[in-house]
Amino acid sequence: MQTKTLPCPISLQQDKKGRMKIAVKSKSSIAIRWTIISLIMLTILAFFTLERKEIEVGTAIVDTFHNFATAFFHPKLHYLTFGKMLYQLAVTFSLGALSTIIGALIAFFCSLLCAGNISNPKVATVVKAFVSFIRAVPTILWVLIFAVSAGVGSIAAVVGLTFHSISYLVKAYAESIEEIDNGTIEALKASGASYWQIVFQAILPSSMSLMLSWTFMRFEINFANAVAIGAAAGAGGIGYDLFMSGSFYFDLQETGYLTIVIVIAVILLEMISTKVKERIK
Amino acid sequence: MENQKDLFRKKRKNQTMILLVILALFFISSLLSNFNPVDGVKSVPKAVVWMASNLIPDAKAFQRLPKIAKQLSDTILLSVAVTVIAGIFAFGFSLYGSRTTRTNPTVSKCIRMVAAFFRNVPDVVWAMLFLFSFGQNMVTGFLALFFTTFGLLTRAFIETIDEVSSDCIETLEATGATFLQIVFQGIFPTSIEGIITWILYMIETNIRSSTLIGILTATGIGYQFDLYYKRLEFGSVGLVVILIVIVVVLIETISNQIRRAIL
Repeated sequence: MQTKTLPCPISLQQDKKGRMKIAVKSKSSIAIRWTIISLIMLTILAFFTLERKEIEVGTAIVDTFHNFATAFFHPKLHYLTFGKMLYQLAVTFSLGALSTIIGALIAFFCSLLCAGNISNPKVATVVKAFVSFIRAVPTILWVLIFAVSAGVGSIAAVVGLTFHSISYLVKAYAESIEEIDNGTIEALKASGASYWQIVFQAILPSSMSLMLSWTFMRFEINFANAVAIGAAAGAGGIGYDLFMSGSFYFDLQETGYLTIVIVIAVILLEMISTKVKERIK
Repeated sequence: MENQKDLFRKKRKNQTMILLVILALFFISSLLSNFNPVDGVKSVPKAVVWMASNLIPDAKAFQRLPKIAKQLSDTILLSVAVTVIAGIFAFGFSLYGSRTTRTNPTVSKCIRMVAAFFRNVPDVVWAMLFLFSFGQNMVTGFLALFFTTFGLLTRAFIETIDEVSSDCIETLEATGATFLQIVFQGIFPTSIEGIITWILYMIETNIRSSTLIGILTATGIGYQFDLYYKRLEFGSVGLVVILIVIVVVLIETISNQIRRAIL
């Protein structure tokens, strides 16, 4: 039998069947493959182990379509008046705004301690560890924990939401500060500027626009979170009304009405923040 | 000189305006929501002291460890499953939504709008709507998380695929590759890194959200937390919080490792 030789000078690895391997296995492609395999395995495991109480999936799906049709095509308020509903929406908006403003203020000073180019590495590690601890606890748990000592209400809601905002914004702000050209800071240092002069003359002006766009993004998240904690912790606002209509009165029409109002509010917020971000740039 | 002076004056005026708007927003919001900033500040040290003295796991809490661990693993599995399945759907839809691969501009626009709608309805609202027909059940939590995740990932994947150069796709088209060949030989390999990064990020987010939704749907670790919390068994509450922190930090570390290996 004749042995075939390759026409090209490159030596290619051949497997048992004589096929040539073209793709080179790199470290990253192996990592990708294993990540995908383990994610799919976990998903399959989830389907076998998660408890599903007995529900008739077929009827539930048909019901869902009926319910959605009622909720979205025949929305109506029964227990709330329109004015009261608007007031509750404003309360939710306020909770989001307050926690964003306070969170942004605190996060700015924390990020000064945390950004690689202007801080002490030891302090930065401590602040970072503390911040990632705060971030690991879900917002709702913070709110519920604060509710025990401060009572259920706006204080627990604002403080709980603020906690999570701080941890999110510190990371974002620190990254914005790290993007500043080191030359600016060094030039100011050489001219004998004090720490706060550097902060307010160099750092704040040059990272302002990035920071503001992060803050607006957080505001959108905080609004949605304010709805969520209203529903799950009874912290007031439109989320609480949504919870009452859905899980207490079982009133589909009112739930639908509130859903539509919330969605419109979220979309409006997104539009406003996009406009503001464009203007800042 | 004159101009420069004007510029600075204008800048200062702008800054004062922004500051005033923020202050006004702060006071109006405080009035509307009955928030007292002084009490708010005072409540923090009080809460920290309370946490340090009450949220310490006791012997009873450790007896419940197997049960808590089971609920926590349920929550993790649910978040992974939701993210992976939503990711598969989102990838399929983003192919028709992306500018580089779409077959029809109208379809693409529709997909973008549907994704925006799903994304903009908060997951709590989805949960409330699905509670009507699915009841307090894992499936409700699954669906609620599924829709927001699907909306977010579709938008993210569309952006990722848009970044794939259209040259690569044109070359494949010129060689006579079919749509599926283009997808699996051209788009998938070039955008897989971005896709995995997004999926890992969404898994982290979903673990936190599913805790909240668990409180409403009476499933997973959120329910367990709520149960102990309402019974005022704060030792067990503390253990639940500590375990959640450990799990979230662990998952963050793993996904950072994966990201480093991939990129």
